[in-house]
Amino acid sequence: MSLIEEIDYGTPRSKSETMVTLTIDGNQVTVPEGTSIMRAAMDAGHQIPKLCATDMVDAFGSCRLCVVEIEGRAGTPASCTTPVMPGLVVHTQSERLKKLRKGVMELYISDHPLDCLTCGANGDCELQDMAGAVGLRDVRYGYEGENHVFAKSHGEINAAWMPKDESNPYFTYDPSKCIVCSRCVRACEEVQGTFALTISGRGFDSRVSPGMSESFLGSECVSCGACVQACPTATLTEKSVIEIGQPEHSVVTTCAYCGVGCTFKAEMRGEEVVRMVPYKDGKANRGHSCVKGRFAWGYTNHKERILKPMIRERIEDPWQEVSWDEAFSFAAAKMRGIQKKYGRDAIGGITSSRCTNEETYLVQKLIRAGFGNNNVDTCARVCHSPTGYGLSVTYGTSAGTQDFDSVENTDVALIIGANPASAHPVFASRLKKRLRQGTKLIVIDPRRTEMVESPHVKALHLPLMPGTNVAVVTALAHVIVTEGLANEAFVRERCDWTEFEEWAAFVAQPKHSPEATAILTGVDPQDLREAARIYATGGNAAIYYGLGVTEHSQGSTTVIAIANLAMATGNIGRPGVGVNPLRGQNNVQGACDMGSFPHELPGYRHISGDAVRDQFEALWNVKLNPEPGLRIPNMFDAAIEGTFMGIYVQGEDILQSDPNTKHVVSALSSMECVIVHDLFLNETANYAHVFLPGSSFLEKDGTFTNAERRIQRVRKVMTPKNGMADWEVTIALAKAMGYDMPYNHPSEIMDEIAALTPTFTGVSYAKLDELGSVQWPCNEKAPEGTPVMHIGGFVRGKGKFVVTEYVATDERTGPRFPLLLTTGRILSQYNVGAQTRRTDNVVWHAEDRLEIHPHDAEQRGVRDGDWVRLKSRAGETTLRAEITDRVAPGVVYTTFHHPDTQANVITTEYSDWATNCPEYKVTAVQISPSNGPSDWQKTYDEQARHSRRIAPAEAAE
Amino acid sequence: MSSPDRLVYMANQIGTFFRSQGHDKAVPGIAEHIKKFWDPRMKRAIFAHLDAGGAGLEPNVLEALTSLKQP
Repeated sequence: MSLIEEIDYGTPRSKSETMVTLTIDGNQVTVPEGTSIMRAAMDAGHQIPKLCATDMVDAFGSCRLCVVEIEGRAGTPASCTTPVMPGLVVHTQSERLKKLRKGVMELYISDHPLDCLTCGANGDCELQDMAGAVGLRDVRYGYEGENHVFAKSHGEINAAWMPKDESNPYFTYDPSKCIVCSRCVRACEEVQGTFALTISGRGFDSRVSPGMSESFLGSECVSCGACVQACPTATLTEKSVIEIGQPEHSVVTTCAYCGVGCTFKAEMRGEEVVRMVPYKDGKANRGHSCVKGRFAWGYTNHKERILKPMIRERIEDPWQEVSWDEAFSFAAAKMRGIQKKYGRDAIGGITSSRCTNEETYLVQKLIRAGFGNNNVDTCARVCHSPTGYGLSVTYGTSAGTQDFDSVENTDVALIIGANPASAHPVFASRLKKRLRQGTKLIVIDPRRTEMVESPHVKALHLPLMPGTNVAVVTALAHVIVTEGLANEAFVRERCDWTEFEEWAAFVAQPKHSPEATAILTGVDPQDLREAARIYATGGNAAIYYGLGVTEHSQGSTTVIAIANLAMATGNIGRPGVGVNPLRGQNNVQGACDMGSFPHELPGYRHISGDAVRDQFEALWNVKLNPEPGLRIPNMFDAAIEGTFMGIYVQGEDILQSDPNTKHVVSALSSMECVIVHDLFLNETANYAHVFLPGSSFLEKDGTFTNAERRIQRVRKVMTPKNGMADWEVTIALAKAMGYDMPYNHPSEIMDEIAALTPTFTGVSYAKLDELGSVQWPCNEKAPEGTPVMHIGGFVRGKGKFVVTEYVATDERTGPRFPLLLTTGRILSQYNVGAQTRRTDNVVWHAEDRLEIHPHDAEQRGVRDGDWVRLKSRAGETTLRAEITDRVAPGVVYTTFHHPDTQANVITTEYSDWATNCPEYKVTAVQISPSNGPSDWQKTYDEQARHSRRIAPAEAAE
Repeated sequence: MSSPDRLVYMANQIGTFFRSQGHDKAVPGIAEHIKKFWDPRMKRAIFAHLDAGGAGLEPNVLEALTSLKQP
């Protein structure tokens, strides 16, 4: 193992298919038209000295170090900004060029500190490399002149010197080391799309300036790390590198935060992570990252991490630390005892969308084969289960249709109920790049999100009332059908024509028009018509949607309505179009693929199918139960009823993340054995009898599957701190319960998955090592995977149109609860915050706030920053208010990252009609000024403190 | 919401989605959905409620459950 060095070609790759041949230093080189001479030379293995060029951003031509000579042309053009032409003869080294470059370097170094030995970039500094490359041996100008290096000059204060900015928790900005190459500024603009940085001043006064000469933390900077990656010197450096030193080896792995699935190099020193750097060959992120994946991995060695197994008889008792064996036999005896007392179906488990495919597969196998029932569910129940249902009904497959690269061919992006800038930031950056090239953007969201307010992006925003998605999407269909904008040729060829006609007649009814539905939805009919026309006629149109679509009582209906819209306009089956669910968690797609739902085996095959069950029974050597099991909300109901008494929860905090906390508390308290397998004593663990410590993504091998169906390797870079990887824990628990699952390595588990799942038959660790990643289906028909689905025809045969009638949710506003609460995420925090709250990311978001419109705030006498009581039919909590017109009057909004806020005390038990996915996104509430935490918050806090006690170890004899 | 009430509510919610497809498609649609996604104890409870008269169930849902109960 060694440090993976990625080649920097200096300028981005040209996509042209026309090839050009030229001569560089006597070698014939053939490259795509539009390639720079610098990149062509690098292709041929000749590195031209450079400072301001790097292949993550466009050429700039400011440092003048990359000058070359071209036969027949005057002067010495910069090779980064000069494109190749047929027949050019280029020389990259000559007496004249040597002199010029040495002169340039001499000027740079005359205004740069010479503390190389103790510098954070020592060993990874391009300025140092270039000084070496040009043979700089002397600086004739000395270091005494005007400079940015020294705080004092000739005994006077040096006004040109600026102190270090250490405001960002993860990196430092040291202006004295800056060479003003503007790579950071361009990375912020071109790669990230935030435009937080600029060069202020001119000439010798030029400085990199965050915002209006603010600190990094005080500026618009979102801490994605692109500038740090771009910086050729120690000006922008990770604090971890300054503290630890340069890494000595690196391993390519996959981020464990959101569903984008960014590829990173974990750069290591021994078993210590020095830094995580996005990998250019990562097909989801293409070398970009966000603040979470790049920097927020410190939770993996946070002091609150539990490393020893623990048990207790009653949840009122303190925890007892025990050996792994004791924990397993305690858990096994409890679970088997429950089955003896209450019946085989009285226990179950929850797989984790945070864990690997292999681990998820094992948990559902343990439940189906070891427990002998199908009471297995996963956190997808509470996020994207409607996606699975809706897309499977209409198209025949439970997943998004495109890869992320597809966005590069998109002409119209329609975002519904998603805020990628916060929740899927790396995809948002890729989308924004395309938007700045002219792609049109339509956003359907109750709130004016960061996507709507992006710099250099003009969005058509349809601010709807929460809960009216079906009415809005059906109204879009109404306009498309009645204005004759449907793609009839596509529908006739690919879809069932009779079903289309029925659907078209349904949506064409006047009651579905934008004008008729405006009273419900609050959307301006003219804007809605305009959006429909743009979507139907603007070229390649792609829909991206999130939990604002699924987490409603009509979640599945909206997914179906979206699928209808894409079919009716022919926006399916080629790059640039499609229906793309933005998956919440790193492996939520994988968890669904691996058979985590109670009604289906891996590969989305219903448990009642005899042929499928036969296949699994033969390999697993057991008889499987043909009846579907309980879904998470049903488990809670059954627990309260007394028929579901034991649960094994891997990597999910159901207490904090599931709706109606009081209901969940009473369900968990009713159970006789709750096994929590996690990194931390999460909220669910307050009601647990067994705690099995988990391992982080850095400590195990496996695979994650991201939102584009891409299966990617997770690679172990350190020994599990708790002693066992999660897959080993599940195997040991199964063994204690009398079911053997003998595997020596996760690759063997993947081989079994491939043998049993038609869409995975071509997947193996060997193939993933060879290709980097593959998108399922990956089998004989598609040995290298399937980036775009439904090309030429739908997986189910003919595309199916289904009518989608809008039905208002039963969660209604009224005199007692006149406002609608909706929820979402913020960039720096992640879901229940178990990871991100244990990192420095809290500097950006230390608490959840309630966004409220000035009008509603004034009526209630609420000022910005005041504590307010938030009350619904389900419960009440308190948090502080933020007054903003991002939300419409009548709508309030909060995030749900902090357990002390308890946003889910407020949310209700209403759920999607098809999948029981909870209706998180609509709750009728009232707010009033408050003095502090509610009684519920105080009692809860007390119980949590009490429950987290760990008994002191007994003294050794 | 206690058990039979909750199941009746869930069954009617399914019924509401299928309502706009007309009676002839709705009844088998509802039956199929409950067959595919409900755990045996939920089915037993709703069938028991059906035997007790099926109070609160929408007509299409009542018909679907009756057809589902006869194997």
